[in-house]
Amino acid sequence: MAAGTRGGQHRECALGRSPLKPPPFDYAAPTTLDEAIGLLAEHAGAEARVLAGGQSLIPMMNFRLAKPGYLVDLRRVAGLAGIRREGDTLVIGAMTRMAEVERSPEVAVAAPLVTEAIGLVAHVPVRNSGTVGGSLAHADPAAELPAVVLALDAKLVAAGPGGTRTIPAGEFFTGPYGTALAPEEILTEVRLPVWPGGHAFTEFSRIHANFAVVAVAALVDADGDRIRRASVALAGVGPTPVRAHSAERALLGTSGDAETIRRAAQLAAADLSPAGDLHASAETRLTLAQVYLRRGLELAVSRARNER
Amino acid sequence: MTAISVTVNGRPHTAQVEPRRLLVDFLREDLGLVGTHIGCEHGVCGTCTVLLDGRSIRSCITLAVQADGAEISTVEGLADGAELHPLQDEFSEKQGLQCGYCTPGMLMRASEILAGNPDPSPAEVREAIASNLCRCTGYQFIVEAVLGAAERMRAEKETAS
Repeated sequence: MAAGTRGGQHRECALGRSPLKPPPFDYAAPTTLDEAIGLLAEHAGAEARVLAGGQSLIPMMNFRLAKPGYLVDLRRVAGLAGIRREGDTLVIGAMTRMAEVERSPEVAVAAPLVTEAIGLVAHVPVRNSGTVGGSLAHADPAAELPAVVLALDAKLVAAGPGGTRTIPAGEFFTGPYGTALAPEEILTEVRLPVWPGGHAFTEFSRIHANFAVVAVAALVDADGDRIRRASVALAGVGPTPVRAHSAERALLGTSGDAETIRRAAQLAAADLSPAGDLHASAETRLTLAQVYLRRGLELAVSRARNER
Repeated sequence: MTAISVTVNGRPHTAQVEPRRLLVDFLREDLGLVGTHIGCEHGVCGTCTVLLDGRSIRSCITLAVQADGAEISTVEGLADGAELHPLQDEFSEKQGLQCGYCTPGMLMRASEILAGNPDPSPAEVREAIASNLCRCTGYQFIVEAVLGAAERMRAEKETAS
């Protein structure tokens, strides 16, 4: 099968069968990570891809936007799913289903930003299948989790033929649907530092559970009345999620009052140059970014205060 | 072709499938279980919703090979012989359907909702069924049907215990 038979698909469509089916591909469901990596390397010529939950990849294949000739299904690989706490780090295995993360009391305590954001990722049936690693490796510029890991300065662990390496979230996203992962590398886990202060994930989407037009992940840590650390990331305003460093700087040392937050949102928006598309013009995205930055920061600041 | 074994509505099946075979097509075309409908074919409308190991999934964006080893529940498994499931009965009683296209997905999603929360509020039902599109009813009667079924199922459970 694989690449050679793809032309046949057009004939099927012409015969009146539904066109929304994946093109043919070869498939393996290995049981070890080494085997999976080996298969990716071996079938690189067929544009081999990793199959996690498939909630983005399979619709893209149905639309023939993605035509991998080989799929390496990770569902049987042991050790890729699970949630554990290691001191000040929360570790989520790449194959952990979103719904499991959403329900996890451990995540709600250690990384409530993740819990809040995941509730906005599509609907329950998609979260029942979709995985954390799949969403990160898919790197949709409007997706929630990439902004979350960027705000948290998470570390992403990838395994490849040469062993494993750790990629800081800030270096992981390279463009729309593009990551620092090599074709034969597999994302195995994400390591999230436990944030001690307040958090907020806010987004604008036209319909509940749609992709965000603009999303904001905000983290604020206060010492008494003074903000000592802030971390803010946005999705939907560029080819990758972006950090709002100017807003973070504007908040440091302040009490996080309404005027400071307004100015921080303004400064952050001034650094953005979103592209317009059919969902929203560039101007709309800039306005939304300011509004949602403000709302997110206000919520994160008030939660940071209530933490104490 | 890839060999898979699945249990569908309690019945074990083994089959050879093309890896690209979608679960919904496997159910409909290979097993003849056409109760599960195909709508948008890209994971948006929810009419193809089935339960995989008790959790709702979109069978149009799930490969049959991904279901290997799993237990699948489809709308055909809801009724107990000639006796409708309380959800089916309430959908019928409360007119929770008009054209019926979304109904199999709605029923399966609703069965998952009630398994996790036997006494949901109307707002919880509304939010939970937001995953499934209905273009006829305006959802009002669907919400009433789910709430009605919840009440009956709670009462039945109490009687049984």
